[in-house]
Amino acid sequence: MITSEDWSAIALTLRLAALSTLILLALATPLAWWLARTRSVWRTPVAALTSLPLVLPPTVLGFYLLVMLGPSGPGGQITQMLGLGLLPFTFGGLLIGSVIYSLPFAIQPLQHAFHSIGSRPIELAATLRASPLDAFINVAIPLAWPGFVSAGVLSFAHTLGEFGMVLMIGGNIPGQTRVISTQLYGHVEALAYDKAHTLAAGMLIFSFVVLLGLNLLQERKRRVGN
Amino acid sequence: MKICRFSALLGIFLAFSAHGAFAAEVTVAVAANFASTMQTIAKAFAQDSGHQARVVIGSTGKFYAQIKNGAPFQMLLAADQETPLRLEKEGLGVAGSRFTYATGRLALWSAQSDLVDGKGQVLRSTRFKRLALADPRLAPYGAAAVEAMEKLGVWGQIKDRVVQGESVGQAFQFVASGNVELGFVALAQLKSQDAVPAGSIWLVPEELHGPLHQDALLLRGGETNSAAIALMRYLKEPRARAIMREHGYS
Repeated sequence: MITSEDWSAIALTLRLAALSTLILLALATPLAWWLARTRSVWRTPVAALTSLPLVLPPTVLGFYLLVMLGPSGPGGQITQMLGLGLLPFTFGGLLIGSVIYSLPFAIQPLQHAFHSIGSRPIELAATLRASPLDAFINVAIPLAWPGFVSAGVLSFAHTLGEFGMVLMIGGNIPGQTRVISTQLYGHVEALAYDKAHTLAAGMLIFSFVVLLGLNLLQERKRRVGN
Repeated sequence: MKICRFSALLGIFLAFSAHGAFAAEVTVAVAANFASTMQTIAKAFAQDSGHQARVVIGSTGKFYAQIKNGAPFQMLLAADQETPLRLEKEGLGVAGSRFTYATGRLALWSAQSDLVDGKGQVLRSTRFKRLALADPRLAPYGAAAVEAMEKLGVWGQIKDRVVQGESVGQAFQFVASGNVELGFVALAQLKSQDAVPAGSIWLVPEELHGPLHQDALLLRGGETNSAAIALMRYLKEPRARAIMREHGYS
């Protein structure tokens, strides 16, 4: 029932979600740390900016990324100058799109986790002559690890489900930019409802298991916390 | 004996490598309403020519934006005539390659077996709460449906009962799922879906709306692609035409 094209879309989606999650965690950790601790006037505007992908319709986001990264857009001119070529309709383009699209899902859990640590443990570490970096790595990160798990799982799951943006910037090309959601869309448009149902059911079960796991983890953390 | 076997093997090898040398691949952007038809044609094309056609399904408007921004498609099978014309004028298509590959038919369809009559009289009645059609601004089938209802003089009284899908595919889903009693769909959709609840159909006479011509265009990236050139030609050949007729296109 699951065709070879489906499998290729599934593999591509998992690769995209895994890589986006890694990039997001690397990018969001310093940003969330700064957002949780700074008193700068820039805090609120930056927080609002990083939440924008929550509000913008994905197709709109995809359209402007397409124009920005296209041959006549500023982003496209930069990537061409760097010898990277044009990113739309490539895996690299999907990756950039996914990172932007899922950014709030990585930043917000981390920001909450860092915030809830408060400033005391860090100040204590400082009185013990830990450098800020040392305190961050050895105090803040271990204390905030459930936040990292949430951020990772949510980024991964959210990237799995993205549609409007990947359709626009990816071009839905088999083996290159065709992910599960756009493959599903293709099945529905081609009226191949049986194939669509199989793929959709698989995705539903997978997502449920992931979210169930996350909730069980948080439950356990709460009990340990008490 | 040995030499004989060797030359036979060599012959097979040469035959395969010759085939391999000529076999190419084309990525073709296909309007959603033609998707299932094109998938059937792609299979026949692979058998007859050895070339592979990779089918990318989407809406014509999105394809336009994507092609303008460098999408790696070699061919476009649009749902309309305007988009290929515009792309050709803008220098993104190969001049002179454009032609009408299919003409669609509009149908009024209900999943209920007794709702739609052979003359479309149901449109004058109050026997339905809602009517589905594709967004007339985006989809030719939607525009044709509005035109037909205007000609019949019923648009004014139906307007408020209309539910719009983003494409004729979505309009079809509204009706197929039973959420809307009837809707304007493409005949091709009714022919290609095995699981279509029989329901009732009125084939809208072609005089009631402008023709639903769909044009093909060879894009700049396909100019030297032998598979793209072959597929453009293949769409005019009897086997492809027969598949299109079977699927409700003329």
